[in-house]
Amino acid sequence: MNKVMFGRFIPGHSWVHRMDPRAKLILSFLYIAVVFFANDFWTYLIMTVLLLASVVASAIRLGVYIRGLLPLFWLMIFTVLIQVFFGAGGHVYWQWGWLVVSQNGLNSAGLILMRFVLIILISTILTFTTQPLEIADGIESLLSPLRRLHFPVATLALMLSLALRFVPTLMDEAEKIMNAQRSRGVDFGEGGLRQRIRTIVPILIPLFVNAFNRAIEISTAMEARGYQDGENRTKYRQLKWQRVDTASLVIYIVSLSAVIGLRYFS
Amino acid sequence: MAIIRVENLNYQYPNSDTQAIDNVSFEIQAGDWVAIVGHNGSGKSTLAKLLIGLMAADSGKITIDGQELTPETVWQIREKVGMVFQNPDNQFVGATVADDVAFGMENRSVDRDTMVTKVDQALAQVGMLDYKNREPANLSGGQKQRVALAGIIAIAPKILILDEATSMLDPRGRQEILSVIQDLKQQLNLTVLSITHDIDEAANADRLVVIDDGRFVEEATPKELFSHGQQLVEMGLDVPLPEKLKDALQQRHVAIPQSYLDERGLADWLRTSRLNK
Amino acid sequence: MATDITFEQVNYWYQAGTPFAVQALKDINLAITPGSFTAVVGQTGSGKSTMIQHLNALLKPSSGTVKIGDRVITNETKNKHLKPLRKKVGMVFQFPENQLFEETVIKDIAFGPQNFGVSEADALVLAKRMAQEVGLDESLLNRSPFDLSGGQMRRVAIAGVLALEPEVLVLDEPTAGLDPRGRLEVMQLVTRLREEQGLTIILITHQMDDVANYADHVIVMGHGEVIKQGSPREIFSDPEWLEAHQLGLPAATQFAYKLQQDGFQFDSMPLTVEELADQLAPQLAKEGIDHE
Repeated sequence: MNKVMFGRFIPGHSWVHRMDPRAKLILSFLYIAVVFFANDFWTYLIMTVLLLASVVASAIRLGVYIRGLLPLFWLMIFTVLIQVFFGAGGHVYWQWGWLVVSQNGLNSAGLILMRFVLIILISTILTFTTQPLEIADGIESLLSPLRRLHFPVATLALMLSLALRFVPTLMDEAEKIMNAQRSRGVDFGEGGLRQRIRTIVPILIPLFVNAFNRAIEISTAMEARGYQDGENRTKYRQLKWQRVDTASLVIYIVSLSAVIGLRYFS
Repeated sequence: MAIIRVENLNYQYPNSDTQAIDNVSFEIQAGDWVAIVGHNGSGKSTLAKLLIGLMAADSGKITIDGQELTPETVWQIREKVGMVFQNPDNQFVGATVADDVAFGMENRSVDRDTMVTKVDQALAQVGMLDYKNREPANLSGGQKQRVALAGIIAIAPKILILDEATSMLDPRGRQEILSVIQDLKQQLNLTVLSITHDIDEAANADRLVVIDDGRFVEEATPKELFSHGQQLVEMGLDVPLPEKLKDALQQRHVAIPQSYLDERGLADWLRTSRLNK
Repeated sequence: MATDITFEQVNYWYQAGTPFAVQALKDINLAITPGSFTAVVGQTGSGKSTMIQHLNALLKPSSGTVKIGDRVITNETKNKHLKPLRKKVGMVFQFPENQLFEETVIKDIAFGPQNFGVSEADALVLAKRMAQEVGLDESLLNRSPFDLSGGQMRRVAIAGVLALEPEVLVLDEPTAGLDPRGRLEVMQLVTRLREEQGLTIILITHQMDDVANYADHVIVMGHGEVIKQGSPREIFSDPEWLEAHQLGLPAATQFAYKLQQDGFQFDSMPLTVEELADQLAPQLAKEGIDHE
């Protein structure tokens, strides 16, 4: 569990680290949207170069990103195989019963794999360089126009930030409970499905009971500290849009426009 | 002037057949440090929660700083009272140290510029300014409790309630937090009400209130109470070293003074006794 | 057969092989002899909890060897073969009440033995005995563990570990959060288990008074290393060293050092109130002698 790199924050002071989370969120969304417009060598080349430039700007080695992809390796293989065998049309290279490897199948498999990798990598740049809390702040800020529709944006953001705040605490607790039950002779990850489900109970029940008690204590403490209305609060944390953000935005918009331009006007 | 006045307070938990708080009355003078002691389950923490309206008493009257606690005044009363709870993790709601200190101010719609100044000020007062941007996962229990204190003094309350605030800390964390509280009490002229098992914390108090089975048992100075020797364990306190030593010396037929002595007092007495031998 | 535990050059890295790798244990060498009472002390974050997780092979050393009885555990040891060790070395973790999950107290205590092949009926008999051992009233046995008080829940959890009938009992701050009466009761239970059943005890604690009162061997940890080992008397004979490592002295010892400056003589530094009184009494005026 400790070896999963996907979705983790790696502290640093790079160009990307210094960016406003809102800028990073917007750019990631734009990038992912435009990935689906890329359809040939040149458009993919631009997307790849833009991605690699962003990786370099994050000052995190490419190897670390690649390792982040590994847990998704089987998912990628599976998606590619589905595409290879079920994308029909064009020259047939190989056939065995209903399994057909055709030119279209290979093409669409390559396309899917490329998109898959690019999307994962761009989101990994976001999570490697942005603390979860900053992401929550960014989302809150981007959603703030919804306040006019009486949507409880601030309450939602506080919920999200509290949830993020307690993720490490609960992970820690889950590990402690697992250790305690292993010490009482529970074998995790062994036996058949029924056996495995049975071994989850001694973890889930204490985890839920403790989380519930914890939630009550937290809400008591929040109330004691004067929390009553989620919306009419001031905010200590402020996001700052800086020159790096504008510069990045310009670079992305130019490159991504080029991709769309190439697709429709070449 | 009594800053906290409790009169004939009663409370029973919904699923219980005994009174958690049974007709308790007492007063606390402004500027005092009062410790409420009693063994686990004696009703001490229930009392603390009733005092700031986190639970509503079945009957009785609580007056804080001249204002009676009612559903209408509860938020005003919480402006005057800060409370540190037992579990350091479960009161740390901010994502970082600075965010947590700001939480109470955010609730009161304090403007951001003021918050920025006050967060730094409060953190400096508890000696945690260097940790301003740390996340709770990287702090010790004692450090988290100091952050909790910073969050409270940023609101400038008159009363500080410590609900077993040191019981989950290691001895070092406990010492640190106690000395911070002593400093804050001095600087800010706070009234402190601490609910505790810790003998050092109790020794800091001007007066001790003993609670057992939800009932008020007695009120005494630490000096008066600590001379009770072994009985202290039943009251949820440890026997202080001087008392244990006096007991042991008496068994060895050494003439010892009856009244309570702290460590320094006992050391002085022992020195005199040695010279008189 | 008696179970002794030996660590030889044990190193442990968390998240080994990632950019987040942290060395938690450095070159640990230690030996726990059968029937001994070992106290492990050290500041929070000194590696104590990582170390104790090696005692029943919850963690395997990144390098070096851990011997538990006749079993040798290295980095290569397969997880499959480790289970029998968990029965030999019982673990009471910090705030063990957090591991309770069964519908009733008795079922929770009987949970452990059944994982090691004891029949349900036998396990319940065992559970009843262990409940008695830790001083749980029989009327509580069919209640839900979640309805009990904190102190009672702690006893249920301890009984659940004792039901494994281990030879070595590891306790990580078993008195944390209890009131003085509860603390005393837990320590009395531990002493009794050692004296009556010959259990080897390993106690992780911050309470130097408990170290002085109960332990016969002390392991001091700091920054992932064993920085000192010896009898309590050896460990507490160097107050400057302890101060430098932010560790305290037993209350009686601390007081004795103060008295020493006042001219009192001590042959060896007293560790407990009884020892202190023994050495002080001859130096003081006896009852009936007027000394005012």
